[in-house]
Amino acid sequence: MPALSFLDILKFVLMASLCPHIFILCNAGKRVVFMGDDTWDSLFPKHFQQSFPFPSFNVKDLHTVDNGILKHLYPSMKRKDWDIIIAHFLGVDHCGHRYGPDHPAMAEKLTQMDQVIRSVARLIENDTLLVVFGDHGMTDTGDHGGESQKETDAALFLYTPSMLVSTEQGLAEPMVVPQIDLTPTLALLLGIPIPYSSIGKVMVQLIPSGDLFDHNAQELQQAEALFVNAKQVNRFLETYSLVAKHLPQETLDHLQDMYLKATKNYIMLRDAFATHSPLNSQELKKLISDFHVYLVSVQEMCKVSWAQFHSLQIIVGIIVLVGSCVVCFIVSEFASIVESSYKELLFLAVFTGAFASGTVAIFQFFWLEFEAFSVLGTFTVVAQVAFLWKFNHLKNSNRYFLNRAVNIINTALKGELQMTSPLIVFMVFLLRCASLFSDSYIVAEEQVVSFLLSSLGLFILVHLTWYGNLLHSFIDGFKTTNPGMSSQQMAFVKDKKTMHVLVACVALLMFSLCLSHVFHGCRDEQVICTPSLFLAPLCTLQDVQLRNIHYVLSVCSLLTSYYLVRRWLCYYGNFNSHSLAVFVARFELPLLVVCICLFWAVSSTPEESFVNWQQFIRLASSVFPRVAFVLFCLGIAAVFWNPLTVFVKPKVLSEEGPITQSYRASGCVSPQAELQHLIPHIYQCMRRSYQVPKEEGESLKDEYYQPTVEAFGLGTVYSAPMLLILVLFQLLLALLHPEGLALSFLLMLLEAFAILQIHSKTSSLYRCRLYSDKFSVPWCVVLMWALASTQFFYATGHLPTFPSIQWNAAFIGFSEGHSNQVLPALLVLLNTFSSCILLAVSCPLLLFWPLICEPSNTAKSGSKLGELKSDNIPVMEMKLRDNPEYFSRALLQLMARYLFIHGAQLLASVCAAAILKRHLMVWKVFAPKLLFEASGFLVTSLFVIISLILIMRVDVCLTRWVKQLIPVDSR
Amino acid sequence: MKDIEIKGMVSAHAIIAITILLATLAPTLFVGNYSVYGTHLVWLYSCCSAVAAVNIALYALLGVSPTPKRHTLSYKVTKLFRSFMYFGFSCLIFHGIVVLYGAPLIESALETFSFAVLLSTFTTLRCICMLGPNVQAWIRVFSKNGAMSIWDTSLQITTLCSVIGAWFGAFPIPLDWDRPWQVWPVSCTLGATFGFVMGLLVAPSWIYWYRKHLTYKSK
Repeated sequence: MPALSFLDILKFVLMASLCPHIFILCNAGKRVVFMGDDTWDSLFPKHFQQSFPFPSFNVKDLHTVDNGILKHLYPSMKRKDWDIIIAHFLGVDHCGHRYGPDHPAMAEKLTQMDQVIRSVARLIENDTLLVVFGDHGMTDTGDHGGESQKETDAALFLYTPSMLVSTEQGLAEPMVVPQIDLTPTLALLLGIPIPYSSIGKVMVQLIPSGDLFDHNAQELQQAEALFVNAKQVNRFLETYSLVAKHLPQETLDHLQDMYLKATKNYIMLRDAFATHSPLNSQELKKLISDFHVYLVSVQEMCKVSWAQFHSLQIIVGIIVLVGSCVVCFIVSEFASIVESSYKELLFLAVFTGAFASGTVAIFQFFWLEFEAFSVLGTFTVVAQVAFLWKFNHLKNSNRYFLNRAVNIINTALKGELQMTSPLIVFMVFLLRCASLFSDSYIVAEEQVVSFLLSSLGLFILVHLTWYGNLLHSFIDGFKTTNPGMSSQQMAFVKDKKTMHVLVACVALLMFSLCLSHVFHGCRDEQVICTPSLFLAPLCTLQDVQLRNIHYVLSVCSLLTSYYLVRRWLCYYGNFNSHSLAVFVARFELPLLVVCICLFWAVSSTPEESFVNWQQFIRLASSVFPRVAFVLFCLGIAAVFWNPLTVFVKPKVLSEEGPITQSYRASGCVSPQAELQHLIPHIYQCMRRSYQVPKEEGESLKDEYYQPTVEAFGLGTVYSAPMLLILVLFQLLLALLHPEGLALSFLLMLLEAFAILQIHSKTSSLYRCRLYSDKFSVPWCVVLMWALASTQFFYATGHLPTFPSIQWNAAFIGFSEGHSNQVLPALLVLLNTFSSCILLAVSCPLLLFWPLICEPSNTAKSGSKLGELKSDNIPVMEMKLRDNPEYFSRALLQLMARYLFIHGAQLLASVCAAAILKRHLMVWKVFAPKLLFEASGFLVTSLFVIISLILIMRVDVCLTRWVKQLIPVDSR
Repeated sequence: MKDIEIKGMVSAHAIIAITILLATLAPTLFVGNYSVYGTHLVWLYSCCSAVAAVNIALYALLGVSPTPKRHTLSYKVTKLFRSFMYFGFSCLIFHGIVVLYGAPLIESALETFSFAVLLSTFTTLRCICMLGPNVQAWIRVFSKNGAMSIWDTSLQITTLCSVIGAWFGAFPIPLDWDRPWQVWPVSCTLGATFGFVMGLLVAPSWIYWYRKHLTYKSK
């Protein structure tokens, strides 16, 4: 059993409750000696006469448990004060998890096990039975927990020195028996009653009889065993069907008939045998087969009916989800109403919800059984209804809001209709949701999502061309060759550049989508599929050269992503201030990168190559990641504490002239960029927003001599900390993944960049022509963002199946194991939902990016025209501060849209699981998909809120900073 | 005037549609074991060549394509050369897009390229026939108010329909029905062909329906 695998523990428990396994025997007064996995000891404390538990938590530890067992096994066997010895070897399982089945370490382990079996078989005596069995098999990657044949098939080996089966009826080929059959068989062999709730069928071949060559006697013996077994099963079934009403009555009656008939026949035959009359062997055979059929039918029936569904809960769940989606949609579309009266809405909703749920809780407490589910359900449903009612009320009663809302909706609709016809976007979204209803499309979800994403990208291009926004000036430019029309030519040049950028971005998007398929994993259902080479940890790679190449690639991709962000920050002048956030960017991020690289280097060295360094390597492989975790936490805290990346430079007048001096002030800012982003412009705007009197329309030339303060990086004051957080998370998550996936994370960064660029270019193309909407982010882009998050779930090697969860993530930095369950669960969660986390955290960038990219358009065209008026000054994100109500509205809208898309996907997969609950694939495909989708949605919501908190924090800090600044100004 | 043009278009489109039908059936006479799925490439090439030949012949006869400005041989040769070049380019671009969409890169490269050729035949070749090798004219036709005759409108419709058909053709590929037409690129080529034929049928009726609303700028 793999350490920490919650599912396996669950299965274990399930197994214990469904078919009590051998360990129930301990209660039958048998002396049981146990050695091996310490999980047994914690599950059955004080059951064993003697136990030798060994820590099993660490998957990387192949030898502790096995060597411990070997130390105690032979002495215990020789002592002979036992009835049963249980020896649970773990090495093979751990080896499979760590190295896979085709590794030399596995061969070594198997040889060792072989020798153990050999020597034990030699040691045991005639009255002892050696049972060797595994509780599961393994896939080609060495994991298990799924339902493929390779995982569920395990070996069963029985040996005793005395003759067990007569040689003539020896088995021609290996028999397949269900694992639950082991319980009754062992119970009968030990001479104790079969556990009450077992529904296993005894393996009749193993029932010994005095005379191996007397067929009749042997068969009668077998029939007796089956009779005992059937009696026990029947008793269980009778009691069980009284409690659980869901067993089909006809089947029960039928089974009862079968049982009674077979029992009657058996008793008749037994009596006949007792009176030494000749036995009819034909009848005996028929009897045995009757018992077989009975027991197998009981198993079948239980298998079918133990999967139960609570229709009411399903329906309530769907209603709650539909309500949430509707609320999200309303919030996103009527953001202005919601935002202006959110207090009333929230208060009413929460109050009525709490009231209703409180009533239900009290009612249940006194008259019924308390049930948390129904209380929470009531709360949510009532709160949603109250919200909708209040909203409707507000909408109807308040003309002012209505008019405003209608106006806003009209402008937005006009814009959106022009921008991306919502019909197509809606259709793509519908297709995406519909794809969750088919098991084939869920299996191929990676392809489905990237197909739709590429389609959206191409669609934007085609749509722009169709409406002439992309290429119309291209043609105009050709037609009007009038040199006098400079402004039009300007626009033409600008548009041509925008067009090139757009095409390049769509190409980049599709290219990275295509490349991301390299990192895929494989489901059981995909027959022709080999999992990506990058998914295996480096230490499992045999080829040294390949390993080195992979390592270098991973390190390079980490460095590249850091470098890209650093360049971005430099370019926008966010790299000079003395705030903690900049400190993080300057020193902590590189340190983090170094830590991760060193950890990878240490963990990928093969153990056998540096025997003398063993201790050091072990130490390093736990120290480096821990340092990285600490650095990450510090970084997050620092960014939250002091998120402003604005560099303030007091103005010093000198002969050199202000412009040259300001170049020097910020060494890493390119002169061109600085000209654009020189903050006098921004500062001026800022001052305007704080009502410092200033004449409008003043030329910039004067401005250079006016200001007393220059601030750098004010234009990207919101997005710089977002980016920092994004990179911090990216590095942490890359650490939690197999080394090769660092490339995938770089790809994710590039794809997000492509989507952001597409968004900003399209919106700049429209905005300058059509309307000046206030920052609203269109559905199309939000949908792309959400699809990218699903797509990178797959591209980071994850699959919505339980066996594919990367449990190794829990041991990064904690190779010795954990003392509690919280930390490993957190690490595995972070690992599994990395793409959700990254894209949710960076979601607000969708709002900021068009503003950041805007100045390069206006400023350039302006400067060439020679009319650098203050209206043309790039203000970038300070625009948001100038219009705080629009800012908060747009942010609310963006978040609501993002959550709506995720919520609707969740709703679709819930509906799929509910409708197809009798489908063949429901446990294999739909149910796991639903669980992953739901957890992903929770993680997404959480991190969306975290990013909101960060923005609010930036806002607060900015306000404080500006207040500090004003005295400087008035000096 | 318009009615005559629409009738001409109906007959031209009917001829192309019938050609596709014949091109689907004809290879049975020459190739043993012929079936649309089994020997898919044979069908594809026969369809491509037939559509190409009929298109070129039809539009040369109808005189839809712009009249050449000069009649020198070298001019014609350059035009021909450019037409071929554009066709080749469009095949390559379609191939690239299809691969980026997730088609196997190496495994069935020939099939993918043939699919690209088919798409180019349905779209680019018709553009070349009707508008000549002139990218500016193409861009004009494929923008909102750019159509200057009903032929331009029909070009828009058929191109859109073939591309959308190919797009929808990709949908059945992941399904686990194990049908021969789910193999790449059969469903896509069939989808594109179906879309093209639908476009051929839809274009005249759409134009007829909206003939009052369609006003074309003069050339």
